[in-house]
Order: sequence, then structure tokens, then C-alpha cells
Amino acid sequence: MGDIRTETMTVNMGPQHPSTHGVLRLVMELDGEVVQSVIPTIGYLHTGIEKTAEQKKWQQVIPLVERMDYLGAQSNSLSYALSVEKLLGLEMPQRVKDIRVLLAELQRIASHLIWIGTHGLEIGAVSMLFYAVRERELLLNINELIAGFRFFPSYIRIGGLREDLPRGFHAQVTEFLDRFPAKIDEFEGLLTKNDVYRRRTEGVGVISKEHAYAWGLVGPIARAGGSDYDVRKYFPYSGYETYDFKVPTATEGDVYARYRVRVAEMRESVKLSREALSRISPTGVYACDDTRVVPPPKDKVYSEMEALIQHFLIYSQGFTVPAGDAYVPVEGPRGEHGCYVVSDGTNRPWRVKMRAPSFMAIQALPTVVQGGLIADVVAVIGSTDVVMGDCDR
Amino acid sequence: MDAQAIIDTLTPLVPGASFEAAPSVDFATVYVPVEHIVATCQALRDGLHFEVLTEVTCADYLPRTPRYEVVYHLLSVSKRLRLRLKVRVTADGTVPTVQSVYPGAGWLEREVWDMFGIVFDGHNDLRRLLMPEEWEGHPQRKDYPVQIQKAAQTYAPLELTEEQFRANLDRDRVKRPH
Amino acid sequence: MAQADHTHGLDHDLPILTSTVEKVVNWARQSAIWPAQFGLACCAIEMMAMVASRYDVARFGAEVFRGSPRQSDLMIVAGRLSRKMAPAMRRVYDQMPEPKWVISMGACASVGGVFDNYAIVQGVDQVVPVDVFVPGCPPRPESLIYGIVQLQQKIARSRM
Repeated sequence: MGDIRTETMTVNMGPQHPSTHGVLRLVMELDGEVVQSVIPTIGYLHTGIEKTAEQKKWQQVIPLVERMDYLGAQSNSLSYALSVEKLLGLEMPQRVKDIRVLLAELQRIASHLIWIGTHGLEIGAVSMLFYAVRERELLLNINELIAGFRFFPSYIRIGGLREDLPRGFHAQVTEFLDRFPAKIDEFEGLLTKNDVYRRRTEGVGVISKEHAYAWGLVGPIARAGGSDYDVRKYFPYSGYETYDFKVPTATEGDVYARYRVRVAEMRESVKLSREALSRISPTGVYACDDTRVVPPPKDKVYSEMEALIQHFLIYSQGFTVPAGDAYVPVEGPRGEHGCYVVSDGTNRPWRVKMRAPSFMAIQALPTVVQGGLIADVVAVIGSTDVVMGDCDR
Repeated sequence: MDAQAIIDTLTPLVPGASFEAAPSVDFATVYVPVEHIVATCQALRDGLHFEVLTEVTCADYLPRTPRYEVVYHLLSVSKRLRLRLKVRVTADGTVPTVQSVYPGAGWLEREVWDMFGIVFDGHNDLRRLLMPEEWEGHPQRKDYPVQIQKAAQTYAPLELTEEQFRANLDRDRVKRPH
Repeated sequence: MAQADHTHGLDHDLPILTSTVEKVVNWARQSAIWPAQFGLACCAIEMMAMVASRYDVARFGAEVFRGSPRQSDLMIVAGRLSRKMAPAMRRVYDQMPEPKWVISMGACASVGGVFDNYAIVQGVDQVVPVDVFVPGCPPRPESLIYGIVQLQQKIARSRM
């Protein structure tokens, strides 16, 4: 009996792994199945977006910034556009604000669908991925309708939107919104009362509100622990103060609570989208009036001299932004998403820094999984909804 | 609260520090001297209820001295306030770490070191975060090129020496008494 | 294989189909390519969409995405390859048994994409040999399926 070995085992959950949501490396010290310590290594997807953005003109940064958190693409470009518009001192017309709210909420639904699909897949409910991606295809069809591109529409620009809404937009979005609540009920029927799922997620990976605040986590993770901080309610942007919606919270702070919070957020997003859609007229103004920033419509470019010059100036040397810095956070699907923009008065940004909620989540990961089982590590990573593109930038 | 009100509340709590209000378009911005940053964060967290540190970042203003500005974004959930603290750092200067006040600053400061080369005194683990371990140079400085010509590294040596590897193999051959 | 050829063909009297060993082996290899999971960034999400029910790639033989490279034939490099990740990717490629193929999916994997900077390897063919390049940012799932079909035709043409 005295021959039983008791030293710990070091296991590498390497950068290429089905369950690490991208390229994350975890070096774990295990005592049997119990995790003693976890050391995460990130940087395997570092893309240098912030440095590359310093070489581009203001408007050219939008596609770069969209590819950072690739599941919440429109919320990235919205936060960048809001920060630059703050520096420029631009005020958007109400219709533009409503369209931006609609796109942000649809993006939140799309991101949460991938979250629920991959989280279910890792816990073991493989069919969740197929159900969730099926619904997401409808949202990608809407993206394709407005901009021709499924993933990164680059539709939200500084100064408003790229162009007016196409014909058939209202019909397609209404069709999706009518169909979707029944689908959320279907997803909940698969997981919420499922005994296997509850036993794997209840009591696992508890993050209390104080723990979340100390580690800088705000968003669904903190809201599952009892916080009610939501950027849309505390520091409203783009007209959110005129909408009527609730912010779902929970108190236990475990994986199951985070699941319930996000599913409830999907339902709230459907309500918000419906209200936003009812306020948007099928055609109308799609950008603000500032001619230095917004390119004129193409038919005017081909017929009026002034519009031609304006078009040429915007696309050749770009517009200049007054010197200073600004940070306008938005409520992204993962938490508070913001873009700290520093301008030196020229036509290129001086510094662009994106605040990454997944970065803080992975930093806090060792404190959350310590003492748990190795299977819980996968559940916790899935529930914090980390995206490595967001973390590494 | 605007910047001047925050400075008036902070000055008795952090003796000896000279704060400076900065112009800003979004929320209150205060310049803090580098030696008082930890005490300021402590006072803000305990006295003025700024519970969350959301961001630590840096901007390189190369031709100007002091060259860097380290920026801290703080958030008070209970009072619905945001605050920005800025610390001016010279080219070889160091900044004390605020990890003891906000544990979330650990990796944020590591990233500032990795990208800009600013050393944080008292940090428990200041090494490369986003770049490979043996990378030289600090990429987000203004004098570092954006595009570089470098062959991709395709070989990474094992993280064990040969003696350790053989020792692990021998240890695993369990000798059972018969 | 079922042509009225004097070298191989379908014999209508006996239940026998004749062909060359090379053709049969290539047919077997191209019809059941199992990819290894190597999704790095945004293209990985489009790869997941390709696996899902709308653009079902299982019809083309890629039935399962294996978690381990030792059990797979194909590595679809989906996403931007950073310099830190390059040694890990080479190690995953070396672990795959022969015959193996690589599809470079997306602009970032093929040539570095939008990111021409210090952090991204400008094309994964600096690290592994690539058989098919699929352009796009990210490529539509149909593009990737077209890439897999091109790879199947390449395998059919290859010598054993």
C-alpha cells in the first residue's frame, strides 16, 4: 500500500484542441482528476490589429476591427464608430441609431447561438451545434442582404451606415423574429431541465460578483453572479435609453446560471429587435449630414462637381479627426466592449486599443477552476464564452 | 462628477500628490504622478467606490517627452461613473504595479510590457504574453516597423532536457515486488 | 470505371468490376477524407457552418472532424497563422500519417490576408506544403466545398 505514487501530473491542453475555443494553451497540474493549478498561455492568435490600424485611414480601420472578435463583429465596429464619432462631435439621426440597435441585437443573438452550440457540443450534447448553426444561417442571410457578405458586413461606418436598407429587409427580419422564440424554447427543452446537463453545470465554476469585479469581468459573467451592470442601461448609447427592456441576472454564479442568463438575453434581444424594427422606415436617411465624413450618393457624384470633389477627398486622403482621445463602451455579447481611440489631428489614428472581455476572462480562469475536476475546465471555458480573436487581437 | 471634483476629493486622501485635470470629450480624465498611482487607485477603490478596473493601456507619443502615457480606465458600478487616469512615463521609466489593488491588472500590465517595454515594479510575473517568449523588441512602439521580413519558425524545442526525459521514463517503469 | 474499355470494365455476365489498383486506391482515398480540427480564427466558424446541416460536407466524404491529427488525412488551416503558432502547427502536421493533404482556407492562411504585419506568417505554405488554396475572407462554405472537390480530383489524378 505504501507504493502508491502521489506526485502530480502535468498535462498540456495544447493550442490545437477541440474544446479550447480557438488557440489557447493550458498547462495543468493534476492530482488524479483534480486540478491543482492551471497556467494559460495566449498569444497564438495575436494579429497586430492595433499596430496595423495606425497605418490605415480612419474609415479603413473598420474591417480590421471587425475581424477582432469575429463572433460579435458588428459590436466591434459599432464601438469603434461611436468612439470616433465622439471625437468628431457627430450626432446620428434617430433612424441610424435604431438601425444600429437592431443590428447590434441581431449580432448578439448570432453570437449567443454559436456559444450555445459549442458549449453544448463540449458538454456532450452534440446536436446543439446543428440546431444553433441552423438558426444562425438565417441571421447570416440577413447580413448578406444588407451588405453582400455573411460575416463581416462593414455596414456600420463612421458617420452612419454604408448605404440604405435594401428592399425586403423588413420582411426577412420579421420572418426571423417570428420564428425564433419557438426555437429558443426548443433549445431550452433540450438543455434546461436535462439532468445530465444540470449535474455537469450546477455548482461548477462559481464566480461571485466581487470576484468578477476584482478581476475586471463585467458582462454576462458578472450578471450571473448578481451584478446588474449592463452598459446599455448604465451608460446608454445609440438611443438605448428610449427602449424598454430588462437585463436578466442570476445569483448563483455557476455555469448553469451563466447559461440561463444568456438564454434570457436572447429572448430580450428578440423583443428589442422587434421594437427597433417597428421604428425603422423602409427607406430614409442612413447617415449624418457631415459632408467631410460621409461620402455622397453615387448618382450625385456622377452629376455634380461638388459631390465629385467630396467623394475624391474622402476616398483619397480621408477625413481628419480632432486631436484627443475617447472611449465609448458598448455591451457586446461577451461583456463590455470598447475602443480607446487616440487621435493626433491627422487622417490616421494614432492609437487604437480594443478592450477585450475575453482577455479578462482567461486571466481569471485559474482562480475559478482550481480545485475542480478536469472535466469542469471545459465546461467553465465554454461558459465564459471566450473568443481567442478577441483575447489576442 | 467632473475631473476637478474628483481631484478635490482625492487630494486629502493621497497626500503629496499633485493631480492635474485633462480636457476630454467623454468622461473625467486626471493626470496622476507616477509614484502615487498605487495610492490613488487604493483611494479610488475604497473611498470613492470605483470597484472595477476595466483597462490598462499605453500610448507612445514618440517625438514628445515624456514618451509614454499609461492609461487606466476605472468604472464605478454603484455610482455610475467612469474615470480615466493617465500617468506620464519617460522612455526608461518604470511604473509601480496596481495588482495589489486590482488583481485584474496582472495581464493588462504584462501586455503593456510586452508591447511597449514599460517595466512595472513589483509585478509577480512580467514576461511575454502575446509575442513568443524569445521575441526581441516591443512591437507597438512607434519606432518598430509594421512589416518585417522574417522566416517563419517551424521548430520549437521540447521544454525538457534529455536527462529529465530519461528520468521521467525511468520513473514510469514501476517495479512491483513479487 | 464502367466504360466499355478493353482494359477494365463491367462484365455483364459475371458480377465483377475490373479496374487498376491505383484507381481503386485513389477512389477510396478521395471519398473519405477526414479532416483534423485546425480552426484558428474566423474561418473556423465558416468551417463549422460547412459541417452543419445547410452545407453538409458529410455528403462529400468528410464525415467526422477528428480531434487527433494522428487519425486524420486532411488539415484545413482555417484562419490566420501567427508566428507563435507556427511551430505548433508544424508539429500537428508532422503527426499526421501519410497520405496527407493540406487545404489553406481563407486569405490569411494563403497569403497573410489583410494583416501584413509583424505578427502573421504571410502564407502557411512557408510552414507546410499546401495542396489547395481557397480564397475569401472568410470563404463561403460553398467555396470550401469546391476546394475539397478540387482536392478530390487532385487525388484521383495522383500516382500512388
